[in-house]
Amino acid sequence: MNWGLVLIILGLVILLILPQFLSPFLLSLAILILFWAYLGQCWNIMTGYTGQFSFGHAAYFGIGAYTSTWLLVNMGVNPWIGMIIGGIFAMLFGLFVGYLAFRSGLRHIYFALTTFAFAMVLLFTSSNLAIINKTMGIQVPLIGGDSWLHFQFETTRVPYYYIMLGMMVVSIIVTYLIGRSKLGYYFKAIREDQDAAASLGVNLLRYKMTGMGISSFMTALGGTFYAQYFYYIDPDLVFGFFLNVEILLAPVLGGVGTLFGPVLGALVLTPLSELTRALIRQPPGFLPFLLALQGRAGVDIMLYGLILIVVIIFLPQGLVGWIRRLGRRGHRYLEV
Amino acid sequence: MALLEVKNLTKFFRGLRALNNVNMEVDKGEILGLIGPNGAGKTTLFNNITGFYRPDGGQVLFKGENITGLEPHEVCQRGIARTFQLVKPFAELTVLDNVMIGSFSRTSSRTEAWQQAQRMLDFTGLPDRDEQLAKELTIPDRKRLELARALATEPELLLLDEVMTGLNPTESAAAQELIRKVRDGGVTILVIEHVMRAVMSISDRIVVLHYGEVIAQGTPKEISQNERVIESYLGRASFA
Repeated sequence: MNWGLVLIILGLVILLILPQFLSPFLLSLAILILFWAYLGQCWNIMTGYTGQFSFGHAAYFGIGAYTSTWLLVNMGVNPWIGMIIGGIFAMLFGLFVGYLAFRSGLRHIYFALTTFAFAMVLLFTSSNLAIINKTMGIQVPLIGGDSWLHFQFETTRVPYYYIMLGMMVVSIIVTYLIGRSKLGYYFKAIREDQDAAASLGVNLLRYKMTGMGISSFMTALGGTFYAQYFYYIDPDLVFGFFLNVEILLAPVLGGVGTLFGPVLGALVLTPLSELTRALIRQPPGFLPFLLALQGRAGVDIMLYGLILIVVIIFLPQGLVGWIRRLGRRGHRYLEV
Repeated sequence: MALLEVKNLTKFFRGLRALNNVNMEVDKGEILGLIGPNGAGKTTLFNNITGFYRPDGGQVLFKGENITGLEPHEVCQRGIARTFQLVKPFAELTVLDNVMIGSFSRTSSRTEAWQQAQRMLDFTGLPDRDEQLAKELTIPDRKRLELARALATEPELLLLDEVMTGLNPTESAAAQELIRKVRDGGVTILVIEHVMRAVMSISDRIVVLHYGEVIAQGTPKEISQNERVIESYLGRASFA
């Protein structure tokens, strides 16, 4: 009996029936957890497996959100179709950034900074582009009622939950399949040692670009989800500075380059972040020192910083690495 | 016809002539030793053959085809594999996965890559491959791994960069036996080596590089008696 498989099926069944038992608040929280797990996985496919550290994934997220929303508002394009088009645009942009960076042999921090720079370029460009309302953003027109066809649900959030769950599960399956295929082996070879990989026949440029393409396409789909879920986007929300960090937090905490790292990370981080926000909004009586922070923005971001420092010092391989050490090789199904 | 021909190969590093009109041939089925003092250009020559450097002049022909200036992965796909002087294992991957990455250059099937990697590991004698990470291996075993990985790409020509340096006499003897076994399997071998006893015993022919130039070539016996080689490299006492 394969216990890993049993666990996965059990987990999936629980996830499928879960919305029946959740209050509206917990349902929103669950959707956010799935959302960050999904985005984390998209980032992980590239950075975790090929080792090319992206610090600019907000770029692809924002392209996805803006493409589908703009097409919907101005051309009446169905958001599902807009989602795919946004994915393709983001992929093209990712390949463009990747080609420039990889071709000129940028590695490590230089690559990360390049991706960040491009994300910032999009933030400032979108803030000044009249065709997308500059910093005022775009409102998704409400059609009223619940419609799978129009990717919009007014009376219930449960369908959003299932859409995000579907996307998250697909992202794990994609990662799993990549990890077991030649592609995944080549990704990991590039991560471990580029010279050795090249000497063994790995076309570095081609495989790095492949990772970039898959990752940027999938990240953009998350952007469209965001727009359809919150009905509103603006440059700061979808291209924002901190989004670049937020996307990579879950996999970094959970375990970079592992199959379930992003999920585990999101499961811990998202409630923590929501809790911090709630605490700061209305500090409970037994935590009087928080009153000083009441209503101030950015505490959750400080918390992120703190978590990152702690993780890097104490859990360099993330939660998955930690669990694996506890089980001493008893948990190999956690990785690919 | 020679399997590999190096013609007038020249490489500069900022005005320093690292390789100066190097001409040499590797014949099919032989073990050719490449020796010379530190800085003679041995590894530079390897890097120029395998695409890690682009030569400033001259040509590299493999089976008559001009492969000068190809990318490393293209050189590998043509049938030339190499090891590195400072071994470069995929440290966080298992021994088996390391070798499978080599196998994937000839197949896209995971099953085939797995089987081929197992054969290479049997051949080179590396046990415990599923669980052990490459970073946990001892130095001699890392060199074996590097060899297994290179062989997994099914090369016709194998370039070994100091695989015996740093090994004790027993390990070195085992390595020599392994290299001969590889050759007997039909792979031509070009080997850089510092351990003179080893390279003399293993090579069919030897080429001597000195300051980027070929100063002698011939059988081990001829080389050990060559006046110029003795003057510039071997020294009189070393082969007493």
